[in-house]
Amino acid sequence: MARNISVTLTKEDVKKIASLAKLPLDEKDIPVYISQLSSILSFVSKLSDVESAGVVPTSQVTGLLNVYRDDVIDTKRMLSQEEVLANAHETHDGFIIVPQILAKE
Amino acid sequence: MKYTPIIGLEVHVELGTTSKMFCSCPADYFGKKPNTQCCPVCLGLPGALPVPNKKAIEQTILFGLAVHSTIAEESKFDRKNYFYPDLPKGYQISQYDEPLAMNGSINIKYQMSKIKNSDQKSKIIRIRRVHIEEDTGKLQHMVVGGKNVACIDFNRSGVPLMEIVTEPDFRSVDEVDQYVRRIQQIIRYLGISGADMERGSMRIEPSISLLDIKYQKSNIKDEELPKYRVEIKNINSFRFVRKALEYEIVRQTRLLESGVAIDQETRGYSETQNVTVSQRGKEDAMDYRYFPEPDIPPMRFTQDQILKIKDQISELPDQKSERFIREYGLTEYDTDHLIDELKTAVFFEKCVIVANTGVFKKANITPKIIANWIINKKTDLSINESQFIQNIASSLVVMTVSDEDIYSAIKHVLRVNVQAVEDFKAGKDQVKMFLFGNVIKELKGKGDKQIIMELLIKELRKI
Amino acid sequence: MNIRDYTIQSALKEMRAGTLRAKDLILSCLENIERYTETYNVLLSVAAKEDLLAEAKKIDSSGYDKPLSGIPIVLKDIFSTTSLRTTAGSKVLENYHAPYEATVVKKLREAGAIIIGKANQDAWAHGSTGENSDFGPTSSAYDIKYVAGGSSSGSATAVALGMCLASTGTDTGGSIRVPASFNNLVGLKPTYGRVSRYGIIAMASSLDSVGHMTKTVYDNALMLSVTAGIDPYDATTGQKSVSDYLSAISSLQSLKGITIGVSPDYLTVGKKATDGMNPELEKLTEEALGVFTALGATIKEIDLPHTKDALETYYVLCPSEVSSNLGRYDGIRYGNTRDAFGLEARRRIMIGTYTLSAGYYDAYYKTAQKVRTLVCQEFEKAFETVDVVFAPVSPSPSPLIGEFVNDPLALYLSDIYTVPVNLAGLAGLSLPAGFVGTLPVGIQLIGKQWSEERLYAISNVYEKKTEWYKRRPKV
Repeated sequence: MARNISVTLTKEDVKKIASLAKLPLDEKDIPVYISQLSSILSFVSKLSDVESAGVVPTSQVTGLLNVYRDDVIDTKRMLSQEEVLANAHETHDGFIIVPQILAKE
Repeated sequence: MKYTPIIGLEVHVELGTTSKMFCSCPADYFGKKPNTQCCPVCLGLPGALPVPNKKAIEQTILFGLAVHSTIAEESKFDRKNYFYPDLPKGYQISQYDEPLAMNGSINIKYQMSKIKNSDQKSKIIRIRRVHIEEDTGKLQHMVVGGKNVACIDFNRSGVPLMEIVTEPDFRSVDEVDQYVRRIQQIIRYLGISGADMERGSMRIEPSISLLDIKYQKSNIKDEELPKYRVEIKNINSFRFVRKALEYEIVRQTRLLESGVAIDQETRGYSETQNVTVSQRGKEDAMDYRYFPEPDIPPMRFTQDQILKIKDQISELPDQKSERFIREYGLTEYDTDHLIDELKTAVFFEKCVIVANTGVFKKANITPKIIANWIINKKTDLSINESQFIQNIASSLVVMTVSDEDIYSAIKHVLRVNVQAVEDFKAGKDQVKMFLFGNVIKELKGKGDKQIIMELLIKELRKI
Repeated sequence: MNIRDYTIQSALKEMRAGTLRAKDLILSCLENIERYTETYNVLLSVAAKEDLLAEAKKIDSSGYDKPLSGIPIVLKDIFSTTSLRTTAGSKVLENYHAPYEATVVKKLREAGAIIIGKANQDAWAHGSTGENSDFGPTSSAYDIKYVAGGSSSGSATAVALGMCLASTGTDTGGSIRVPASFNNLVGLKPTYGRVSRYGIIAMASSLDSVGHMTKTVYDNALMLSVTAGIDPYDATTGQKSVSDYLSAISSLQSLKGITIGVSPDYLTVGKKATDGMNPELEKLTEEALGVFTALGATIKEIDLPHTKDALETYYVLCPSEVSSNLGRYDGIRYGNTRDAFGLEARRRIMIGTYTLSAGYYDAYYKTAQKVRTLVCQEFEKAFETVDVVFAPVSPSPSPLIGEFVNDPLALYLSDIYTVPVNLAGLAGLSLPAGFVGTLPVGIQLIGKQWSEERLYAISNVYEKKTEWYKRRPKV
C-alpha cells in the first residue's frame, strides 16, 4: 500500500495541459499551477490503492437504457436567425464570424 | 514501381433523416439561409442536452447489416473533445470503443483493364467499424471589411453522420474507386442517404502509405504494415479521391526512393493546385480525451431487435444481380448496368411485367430485349413502362416480316439475277453473299438476317 | 408584514383565504432585496419592479388556483431564463442572455411562481463556500463575516433573508445541501434524473442534480412536486412517475418502525480527512440523532467502507466532465473568451484535461469510474436493511470569508459528507439541526434512489419536533 503517491507536474506538463484545454497561460502563474495541480493530483492518485480489478466502471447512474426520440421535426425549439446571432461576438450577413487565425488553428 | 500502396478509408455519410441527430431541427440544410435551422442543442448553448434520433441509429445498424457486420449488443456514445469554431460544444458526440457495427466486409469487382468485358476480379474489403456521430457546422472563408475571416453557419451542425472505417485493404486507386461506388450504391439501395459527394453528404478521407513491392499479396500481416500513415483530408469529389491518392503515391515514392523516412501526418488536398499540404504532424497528434457521454444512457440491442431491422433490408445490388442472371437469363454485363442505380433495376422489372401482360404478350418481348433497349438506348426512365414496351413492340413489328414475304423476295431476286444463280451452280459459293444483299435490299432491311440466309441457301439448293 | 415570517404553505393559505395578496409578497421581497442584496451580495439580477407587480396583479385576480400561485422564487443563476441574463456566476457569461428557458423554469412559471431574481453562486457551481463567484462571495444570512456556503450561495441567503419564499439550486457534490445547512434551510438534492437538467448550465453531467431550498419540509415537497418528472429534452430523466410528495409528508406520525443507518466509517473518514470535526457541531449531530431515537427510530450501524475513497473519486470524475462541459465557452457564439475564466474553473479544467488525456485516462478516470461502482454497490447493500442513512452535511459550520482562499485542496476535503450521495445518484436532504454560536448547521438524511417521499415523511416528523426553521437571522 503506497499511501503517499506524489505527483509533481513539470512546467511543460502545465503548458501542455493549458494548450489542450485552450486556456491562456501567463508564465508567472505557472509555479502556482504546478503546486496546486500537483497537490490535487497527488491526492486523487490514492485511488490506485483501491482494489478495483474486475469491477465494471460506472459512467452514469440512471439505470436507463435506449432513450431515444422519434425522427420528427419540432419547430417549437428552433431559434430565429436573429436569436442565434444575438449573443455572438461578431456577425456578418447571417453568419457568425471569427478571425481566420482562429479557424486555422 | 517498387512500392505497393496500402490504403485505408474513412467514409462519412450524412444520413437522410428528417431531423437532426440529437435535436428535432430539420436535417436538410441544403440551400437554407445561414443559421436558420438551429436550436439550443445544435448550437451548443449552455444547458442544452442531446436526445438521440432513433431512426439514425437504426439506419446505421441497417447499413452495418448490409455489409455483413456484427451488430453490437451493447453500445454507447462518447465525447470527442477538441476545439474548432465549427464545433459548438467543444466536443463532438461520437462513438469510441463500442461502435454500433464491427467486422463487416464488402465485395468489390474491378476490371483488370479498361477494355469492356475484360476479366473482372473480385476482392473483399474488410470494414473495421461503422458508427454514428454528429456533423459540425460549416466554415466558409471570406473577406469582410478587408479582413480575412471565417464565417460559420450552424445549419449543418448536428446532422447525423455515419462513419465507415475500412482496414488498410486497398492496393490500388482503382480498388478505392470501386469500393466508394459500391458503398454509395448500397447506401442508396437502403435509402438511408443520397451519398452525394458534391453536395457533401458523402466525404472520403483516405490514409495511405507505401510498402515494398514484395508485399503484393493481399493479406499483409499487421506487423508488416508501414510504420507511418498519411491521412488526406478536404476531398470533395470522386475525381479528387483519385487525384489526391495519385499525387500522394508519387510524392511518397520520391521520398522513399531518396531514402527519406516518411512521418505520420495529416495532409490537406488542394483542388486548385492538385497537391497535398501538411496540416498536422505526428507531434501535434490530437488528444481527443474520449470519455462516455454522460447525457445519453447506453444502448442495448437484443437479437430480436436486430432481426427486425434486418427485415427492412430490401434486395441489395449483389443479390439483385444474381437473381437477374438466374431469372431473366441476362449476362453479368447486362446486370451490372441494370442494377447500378436502383431506379433502373426497378424500371427494368416493371417493364418485364408489362411485356408479359395483355396486348404485348404476343409480341414476345424477352427480358433480354428489354435489357438491351435500356442499356443501349440510354432510355429516359421518366417515361412509363407501358409506353416503353409499346415503343419496343412497334419497332419489332416494323422489323418483322413473314416467311412468305422472305420467300417471295428470294424468288424475285433469283429470277432477276440469272447469271449469278448460274455462277453459284458452277460452284462460286461467294455469290450467295451478293444474292443475300439483294434480298435484304428487297426486304428493305426487315427480318432476321440469319433466317433470311438459311432460307436463301435452302432455295438455292433446290435449283 | 415581512415575507421572512412566511412559508410557501402559510402564504398560499392566507392568499386563498383573502388576507394576503401576491402584491404584498412581491413588495416585501423587493424591500428585503433593497435592504440586503448589496451587503450580503445575494442576487446577480433582479426582475423589473413593474413587471413583477404586473404578474402579481394578474395572479391576485385569478383565485390562486395553481400550486405556486404568486410565490416569489429566486433561481440560481445557472438556470437559463429569457427574462434575465444567465451568468453561472462567471465573467465569461457576464452578458449572456439565453434565447430559451430551462424546463424547470417553465414548470415553475406554469405553476404560478413569480421569478423575482437570479442568485449569486460559485462560478460554474465550482465550490462549497460561494467564494469562487466572479462577482464576489455571498455572506451567510446569519453572520455577514461568514460564507453562505456553496455553490448555490445566493439561493440560500435569498430565502433566509426574505427575498423569496423558495429558491432553486443545483447539487453536484453538495451545492444545495451545504448552503441550506449554513442558512438554517431545508435543502433537497433529489435522485439523479428526478428533475430535468435541460436549460441548466452543466457542471458535471453525470453528477448534477436540480433541487430546492425552502424553510420547511412541506415547502420543499411542494416545490419538488412542481419540478419533478420526465422531460423529453433530458434523456437522463428517470422514467419513474412522480409521487404525491405532499400527502407523503403526513404519512408518518412517529418514527416507529423506521431504521436509520449510521456508518462509523463515514464519520471517521470525515474526521480524518479534515482537521477533525468541529466539536460543537459533533455534539449537535449526536443530539439530532438522539431526537430521531426519541421519535421512535431504530439506529443501526452500517458498513460504508468505500466512502473513504469517495472524495478522490469525485475529484477525478467531476473535473473530467467539467473540462469537457466548459469546452463550449470560446467567446464565438456567446459570452467572453476563455481568458475570462476564474482561477477555480481553470484549475478544474486543467485537472480534468489531465485525467482524461492519453496515458492517464486508465489510471485516473477509469479507476474512478470503477470505485464509483463500489460506492454505489455499498449504498445499495446498506439500503437493504435501513430506510435512510444519517450523516453530517459538513465537518464544520460556515468558514470565515477568505479562510480557504489559498488552499483549494483543504476546501475540497470538506465535501466528504456530501459527494458520496452524488456518486451514487441518491437523494439527500439537509435539515436544520441547531446553531454553533451564531451559525446554523444541518444534518443530512440520505435515501435510496426515488425515495424522496420517504425522506420527506421522516424529515417532517423531525421538523415538527425540533422546529429550528422558526429561528430567523438577526439582521
